[in-house]
Amino acid sequence: MTTTQTKPLAPQPDVDTAPLKRLRRDRALLQAACIVISLFMLVPIYLISLAALSTRESLNDFPLSLLPTNLSFETLGAFLGSTGILGAFGNSLIVGIGTLLISALIGIPAGYALARFAFPAKEPYQLFLLFTRALPIVVLSVPLARLFLTVDLYDTTYAVILLHTALALPTTILISASVFLSVPIDVEEAARVFGCTPAGAFLKVVMPMALPGLAAASIFTFVMSWNEVLGASILTLDHRTLPAQVLTSLADSPLAYRFAGGFALVIPSIIFIAFMRRYLTNMWGSTIR
Amino acid sequence: MTVDSPPAPVQLDTPARPRRIPPAVLLIAPSIVFMALLLGWPVIQGVLQAFRSDEGFTLDFLTRMVEDPYFWPAVRNTLLLIVVMIPLQFAFAITMALLLRSNPRLNKVHFFVWAIPLALSDLAAGLVWLSIFNDRGYLNSVLTSLGLGSVPWLAYDNPTTLFLCVLVAEVWRSTSLVLVIVVSGLQGIPKDYDEAAQVFGATFWQRLRHVTLPLLKPSLQVALILRTILAFQTFAVAQALTGQNFPLVVGETYRWYTALQNPNVAAALALVILVASMLISVFYLRALRDKGQEGTR
Repeated sequence: MTTTQTKPLAPQPDVDTAPLKRLRRDRALLQAACIVISLFMLVPIYLISLAALSTRESLNDFPLSLLPTNLSFETLGAFLGSTGILGAFGNSLIVGIGTLLISALIGIPAGYALARFAFPAKEPYQLFLLFTRALPIVVLSVPLARLFLTVDLYDTTYAVILLHTALALPTTILISASVFLSVPIDVEEAARVFGCTPAGAFLKVVMPMALPGLAAASIFTFVMSWNEVLGASILTLDHRTLPAQVLTSLADSPLAYRFAGGFALVIPSIIFIAFMRRYLTNMWGSTIR
Repeated sequence: MTVDSPPAPVQLDTPARPRRIPPAVLLIAPSIVFMALLLGWPVIQGVLQAFRSDEGFTLDFLTRMVEDPYFWPAVRNTLLLIVVMIPLQFAFAITMALLLRSNPRLNKVHFFVWAIPLALSDLAAGLVWLSIFNDRGYLNSVLTSLGLGSVPWLAYDNPTTLFLCVLVAEVWRSTSLVLVIVVSGLQGIPKDYDEAAQVFGATFWQRLRHVTLPLLKPSLQVALILRTILAFQTFAVAQALTGQNFPLVVGETYRWYTALQNPNVAAALALVILVASMLISVFYLRALRDKGQEGTR
């Protein structure tokens, strides 16, 4: 026993353990780097939550406590109770859902055409889509405000829905095209062989397979609309969306109100990303190119 | 008729026979009409609005825009922000993507956390960092507790710290977009290349420089164009953090439209953004394509 053990042990001092140690050290550094970056991302979110959930008096303290010692919903309640905020919440929801529906209605058929058919002006059409993604929101908002004034749409949620749909449509078309490309054409042909009409094959076979991807695309549209500030605040006066409402009352509001506003804008985004995380790379990676 | 229509998908392989309106045209027509009305028409109107008054063609609005005391600082700030932020956040995003690629523990959690700002508006980011950078905010609280004394980060007479605050907030918010594009680009690159280079003794930096980055070029190109165009549109961060103290071009458009009630000058400012975005896209497409060709030669 002892002889057999000493034999394999004997050459051990010669084994160079440095690479192994270096590997371990690198792994540890790597983990540490990841944690540092995660902290950089999370700490601001923690702090805004802390600020929004502190009492008004504790916000006046200095130095501020970094631990949740004075939690209350007073600040947040005051923010939600201030004029226009609940209405703005509602408007944001209406605009987001309206944008989602219209851009899906117009964008999904176009995406399907792009994925399945060869048609004369396909290349220019795709270039046109890429070009429109580069259009800054400001360029559209100012002239659109004037147009909407003349057709009595100014200061309505419809105006904002139309603007957001225009902004989201190119992305919706490109994303839904890539979603449809990932549905094999064979299943569609099989459905047709068994007697489905083109519309039937689309609704009964392609749609169920494409639905998760399309749902993810729709959430993206909603997020874009939920976050858009400039266009919404130019196109409306009384029917503002939440970001527009917060932006316009920024200058003459106390810090506590701003923190509560920031918190109200941050929370939905965490929920969105939690829903979307499986689709993030597919959504942005494969489609934009 | 209905019997005739099913072979439509067959056109995929054979050249289209233009006998009647193909279904594809019917499917894309609504989107073309919609975008012509709500994207094309406003752009044309915007150009007209900037150059036309009641008496016909005029450069008045352009001169008013240029003579405004906030205009040149706004242009300078916007360009400075882009020039500093874009390289910084690309380095940051590529580092993050490479960290994720090396499969650290909890890498799904890290990715989720790093992607959260993707769904944040720049207004929200500004407000988040306001809670940290304001005079009685968390950063000064920490500095004071450490006995370092507080710094007026957002004071109007301190342009350097103003710029740094806006920069940090924007990098924090917008790097996740670059990250997601780079991560999906990396997923498309087989690890074999990297491992082969490793076998032949290439160091980490050599592999990054000669293997990974060239293969990532298409993703980086997309990310660069998108990010730069979006960076031109930054304004709510600065608005939330500094009010008027750190003017940016889009913020000026907003001010001319809402506070000064002059849509024509606002339209002129919007055109500045449009032209800059177009030029930058063309520049990137050229620059990255030319390098690519040299690489293949």
